[in-house]
Amino acid sequence: MTPPTRRQLWLRRQRRRAVVVATASTVITVVVLWLLITNSSGWPRVKKVFFDGQHFRDDFPVLLGYLWQDVKLFLQCAPFILLLGLAIAMCRNTRNPALFPLRAFAAAYTDFFRGIPVILTVYLVGFGIPRLVRDWGDFEILGFGGAWNSPYLWGPVALVLAYSAYVSEVFRSGIEGVHESQRAGARSLGLSHAQTMRHVVLPQAFRRVIPPLMNDMLSLQKDVALISLLGIVEVFKRASSIKDYSGNFTPLVAAALIFLVLTIPETRLVDWYTTRQRRRTSGSVIT
Amino acid sequence: MTAKLSIRNVRKSFGAKVVLDDVSLDVEEHGVVCLIGASGSGKSTLLRCINLLEPVDDGEIVLDGLDISEPGLDPDPIRRRIGMVFQSYNLFPHMSVLHNVTLGPAKVLRTDKAEARAHALELLARFGLDDKAHAYPDQLSGGQQQRVAIVRALAMRPELMLLDEVTAALDPVLVGEVLNVIRDMRGQGMTMILATHEMGFAKEIADLVCFLKDGVILESAPPAKLFSSPDRPETAEFLQRVIASGRL
Repeated sequence: MTPPTRRQLWLRRQRRRAVVVATASTVITVVVLWLLITNSSGWPRVKKVFFDGQHFRDDFPVLLGYLWQDVKLFLQCAPFILLLGLAIAMCRNTRNPALFPLRAFAAAYTDFFRGIPVILTVYLVGFGIPRLVRDWGDFEILGFGGAWNSPYLWGPVALVLAYSAYVSEVFRSGIEGVHESQRAGARSLGLSHAQTMRHVVLPQAFRRVIPPLMNDMLSLQKDVALISLLGIVEVFKRASSIKDYSGNFTPLVAAALIFLVLTIPETRLVDWYTTRQRRRTSGSVIT
Repeated sequence: MTAKLSIRNVRKSFGAKVVLDDVSLDVEEHGVVCLIGASGSGKSTLLRCINLLEPVDDGEIVLDGLDISEPGLDPDPIRRRIGMVFQSYNLFPHMSVLHNVTLGPAKVLRTDKAEARAHALELLARFGLDDKAHAYPDQLSGGQQQRVAIVRALAMRPELMLLDEVTAALDPVLVGEVLNVIRDMRGQGMTMILATHEMGFAKEIADLVCFLKDGVILESAPPAKLFSSPDRPETAEFLQRVIASGRL
């Protein structure tokens, strides 16, 4: 092996220095912040109310038991959001004049549900519709069943309505982002409009929209907590009711941790997926 | 002898801008026609009109006796008879080379999967691309991508090929490999229309060269005539400028 050149040695030194500097500045920042916070006059009070060790040890396992409820609500909503979002995006892309009402409806739908706070949608749908269908009794679809006026039905419906409006815009921008030359390439082979959409445009649009879509899915995972307004007990609801009778906010901090445990792996998964995708279709990855 | 493709008095405007003005052109079966002229002279638009990617405003485009520019005609069955290759390749980046080539035959011609695959591999091998069948377009050089694009068009067994400045985006050293593919197609008797800036190549391969300026075919003649003693001063001036830029 040839000995490293003067320049290589310099680069190596430079890199080692960068690591040392980054570590030192991080440590200093953390220590300074820690000292500032713990030395402020209100800290003992905050520590007692928000970061109480005993409360944390007692409440964390209890809250963990409700984690599945949040995941379940998310899993119930997500597929419907993706399907409805895609359907609305496709409606907005139709060019057939006979389908104009569909296009107009899709535009109005996205304007409407993106324009009102999600929490209001949850309130109005979750409290309004059950009063309308109170006398209908029970329903059963594909093995799922319950009362027609159940919050377990209308809570997720409200989230699906609100989120599919956002997601449809993500899909639409993905579809429009596929360059016109791709359509020309496909049409010149004799592929029909529908075949071009299915084999050429949508597959590329999907790859493009995965990062923004994941953003929306992360928000959804957090916003399922809004359904608790309708009386469903999940992590946030349980934490706030513990807080209500103990007067201590530590369970809410524990709930925040539980949500992080859910969402951080999701983001890492997406990062891994997009990098893999890029590496597969192009020779190299510029980081 | 009747022409394979006959363009008669075609007009096309984008808004107020006239891009094709009373263009007429006959292409014989197995004939090769080169369109030359400055950028914006209407070469690409003419090719896009023939492939029905742009509707014409007036005139006829007759393929084997059928006016394909007739409004209301389903363009898909016509497009599958006409192959088109673009300056920017327009390969599908999410599909392997093999998948790019077999997509048309499988979905449009409903060719049996194994047969489409065998035909694609045969074509790829013919143009020295057999080792790239499972690569993705972004992993190939520009010349390789353009050869794949030509193979993709050939896989549809077209009766007519339209080549729209297929070497314009390529490194000079990669141009040759693409031109070889076109020579090969000519050897096989493919009817072709090329829009090109490669004058030397047009001279060598064309049966007929058309000089376009501002949407009008000012002069069309066999290359020996057009390149050595053009009738129109505009043609001479254009060729003079091409020579000055070292392209002829």
